[in-house]
Amino acid sequence: MSTPAVASRHQPAVASCHDPAPASADSSRSARGASAKRSGLPLIAVVGNPNTGKTTLFNRLTGQRARVGNYPGITVDRRSGRTSLGSRGSTPIDAEVFDVPGCYSLSARSSEEKIAIDAILGWNGNPRPDLALIVVDATQLVRNLYLVLQILELGVRAVVALNLIDEAGDAVPDARALSLLLGVPCIPTSARSGQGVAELEAAVAASLQSPPAAPHVHIRYPHAVVAHADRVADAMPAEWLGDDVAIECAHVGSDQLVSRRRALALWALTSVHDDDELEGIPADLRARVGEVRAAARGRDIDGEIIGARYEFLDAHVPSLFAPARTAILTERIDSVLLHPVWGFATFMVVMFVVFQSLFAWADPAIKLIETAFAALGGWLTAVLPAGVLTDLLVDGVIGGVGNVLVFLPQILLLFLMLGVLEDSGYLARVAYLMDRIMKSVGLHGRAFVPMLSGFSCAIPAIMATRTMESRRDRLLTMMVIPLMTCSARLPVYTLIIAALYPPSKMFGVVPVQGLLMIAMYLFSTATALAAAAVFGRTVLRGPRVPLILELPPYRMPMVRSVLQLMWLRSKMFLTEAGSVILWCTIGLWVLLSFPKLPEPPADAPPAAHAQWEADSLANSFGGRMGKALEPAIAPLGFDWKIGVGIVGAFAAREVFVSTMGVIYGVGDKSDETSVTLRDKMRADVHANGRPVYSPLVGLSLMVFFALACQCMSTLAVVRRETGGWRWPAFLFAYMTVLAWVASFAVYQGGKLAGLG
Amino acid sequence: MVTPLSKLPLRSRAKVLRVGGQPGFRRRLMEFGLVPGTTVEVVRVAPLGDPLQLLVRGCRLSIRLAEAAEVTVFAGEERDILSPEPVAPGNDACAGCKL
Repeated sequence: MSTPAVASRHQPAVASCHDPAPASADSSRSARGASAKRSGLPLIAVVGNPNTGKTTLFNRLTGQRARVGNYPGITVDRRSGRTSLGSRGSTPIDAEVFDVPGCYSLSARSSEEKIAIDAILGWNGNPRPDLALIVVDATQLVRNLYLVLQILELGVRAVVALNLIDEAGDAVPDARALSLLLGVPCIPTSARSGQGVAELEAAVAASLQSPPAAPHVHIRYPHAVVAHADRVADAMPAEWLGDDVAIECAHVGSDQLVSRRRALALWALTSVHDDDELEGIPADLRARVGEVRAAARGRDIDGEIIGARYEFLDAHVPSLFAPARTAILTERIDSVLLHPVWGFATFMVVMFVVFQSLFAWADPAIKLIETAFAALGGWLTAVLPAGVLTDLLVDGVIGGVGNVLVFLPQILLLFLMLGVLEDSGYLARVAYLMDRIMKSVGLHGRAFVPMLSGFSCAIPAIMATRTMESRRDRLLTMMVIPLMTCSARLPVYTLIIAALYPPSKMFGVVPVQGLLMIAMYLFSTATALAAAAVFGRTVLRGPRVPLILELPPYRMPMVRSVLQLMWLRSKMFLTEAGSVILWCTIGLWVLLSFPKLPEPPADAPPAAHAQWEADSLANSFGGRMGKALEPAIAPLGFDWKIGVGIVGAFAAREVFVSTMGVIYGVGDKSDETSVTLRDKMRADVHANGRPVYSPLVGLSLMVFFALACQCMSTLAVVRRETGGWRWPAFLFAYMTVLAWVASFAVYQGGKLAGLG
Repeated sequence: MVTPLSKLPLRSRAKVLRVGGQPGFRRRLMEFGLVPGTTVEVVRVAPLGDPLQLLVRGCRLSIRLAEAAEVTVFAGEERDILSPEPVAPGNDACAGCKL
């Protein structure tokens, strides 16, 4: 786009705009920018609508070297990686590439939507990119170019990748004409096959070495809109204009400054409203937008701005409405998959596979991890001298690492499934099919798959809420997922049901035990949906966000993209949530092991040893906590032993079973099918001779386990996903209170009804 | 025929006259290309009765009935679409050239 002469005159353009950092008015901004650009490499933002193959192109550019982090102050994935932009005949240019979350527009009403403009202009703690690589879907050109126009209006250096060119068929857009129209290089690519990627890299490299051109696109906004924009531009904070324009454009002329001011004013006019949730909008600007809006009473400013952009596109972009081959294919598939009968049948099958895989297919791997860590612990106990340090290593550290790794099979599988569903286009259809049901309790259609996954384990399910765009929808889903009956509750239910309910049949046919199990599932689902309805109207009340869902064309998922996302997510879980789980395991081990009682001699009978274990646990901090808890849990029908079990179950719910095993002196190797443990529990009596466990106590205990947040890993992963302790604290508090109240109602109600 | 989008018969096309609703939502809907003058088609309704699947500028978009009720469309002859009111015969030529 620039002649070689211009390019050489401004050869060090990339470097020159960073060198005079002290010239920046706001030193804190430049300091942030400097730290973010430690590498000193040019920074490229990859931006575009969702479903344009943006991620595939990003992967092409960065190869296996991508990292995943978060945008400052918000838990949205920020993937970044190094690339080497090869251009034939010259030395390759190294650059840092990062991924901007898919968006349809730069206008924003919430912090999440604002990420796009923050990332492109380097606002809000983000490093400022040197170039925006805009990925567009060549089969949906007009709609995709809307975002391109917004970015070009800002005067950002840009290159357009006309992606999915392989799907465009006969309707291939004329890239040369488009480049002339937009004034930036437009390169046809197919990120999937790699076609055009080399040319794209060369264009990006050339663009990085030439000075930014003044915006080329002139959209004819109505005069009134231009007047509004100029009034808003007067209230624009100076730092919003960015040091890039001020420095780089001294030689380009003030055109660029004027047009960026106007573009930002248009952004403010479409984004700032009385009811937006934007942060960091100066009060002056907000007031000015309000004034302008009030002055334009009755006129539709948003409509005029958006309408003018589409008018430009409709007039200049050759009409590409001849449906591409994929559109016809997609419509054919949709006529089956969204069919009232066949659509639901397929949906059931797909969901069954997802659910079954988490439940059954992950199980062998989970068992293997558990066995391996138990064996490792056993071996270390055998070879190391007995003592506190060995116990710490075996029960605390090895146990903790095992507690983290045990989630991996389900996380890997769920993200494999989610990746395939999302990339194939089916996940959007799930949201479409389920929206009617989810909407009735205030949840988004996309909450369905995470909620369903909650039946296997809350940890991957909570991580899966990232497929939802709005923070409020995500939080709401995260707050109710832990109520779903996860697989860790099963051993607890199995033990209680087997110990306290006879294997009899109701009406001679329906087994009571199976019925209770189904009832617990229904109870948890109903509670989760009810909780969503309540939170949606109370703590997470917000402006109702209407659904706009794009149903993308069906595509074959890319194995590499799916596997890479699966791996990045799992790594994030291991490093971030994993460390919290590890420390909690060690903490719990301390609680349940100290202070120690003198150990019986090695030649003492096994019964004496088991008794010592039980006494030690009762005497430990955890045991004392159980006893201290007794007054609080007695109204629920629980004694201190159950209290200790509840404390221990915080590591993971199924630990309740082995903790009870230790307390009843049958050893920590007992599981939910252990007959001795069941017999001991049935035989246990209060001082007055009344049995400790009645069917009513069992029911109360199951209700408690269904509702209480007995899982530190859930809290760790919610902290990870929400970026603080506030939401996990709320989650723990509300679930504990709910569990206590419900168990109280069950136990006391049952006693009043004469069931005790 | 001027009608809310939610009442448009399935598989029939219409031109958008006005996009209403909550400001943030209508802005997003228009940014998807559903601006006045655009052709829109209701492709199907989800099996449970909500939401709708639309075809706008070759893109499959889904919105709920409640929001579709706020979008006014004109279904009818192509030459009548520029004005919400049925166009007077004398204006036909002018309407045609603007298209």
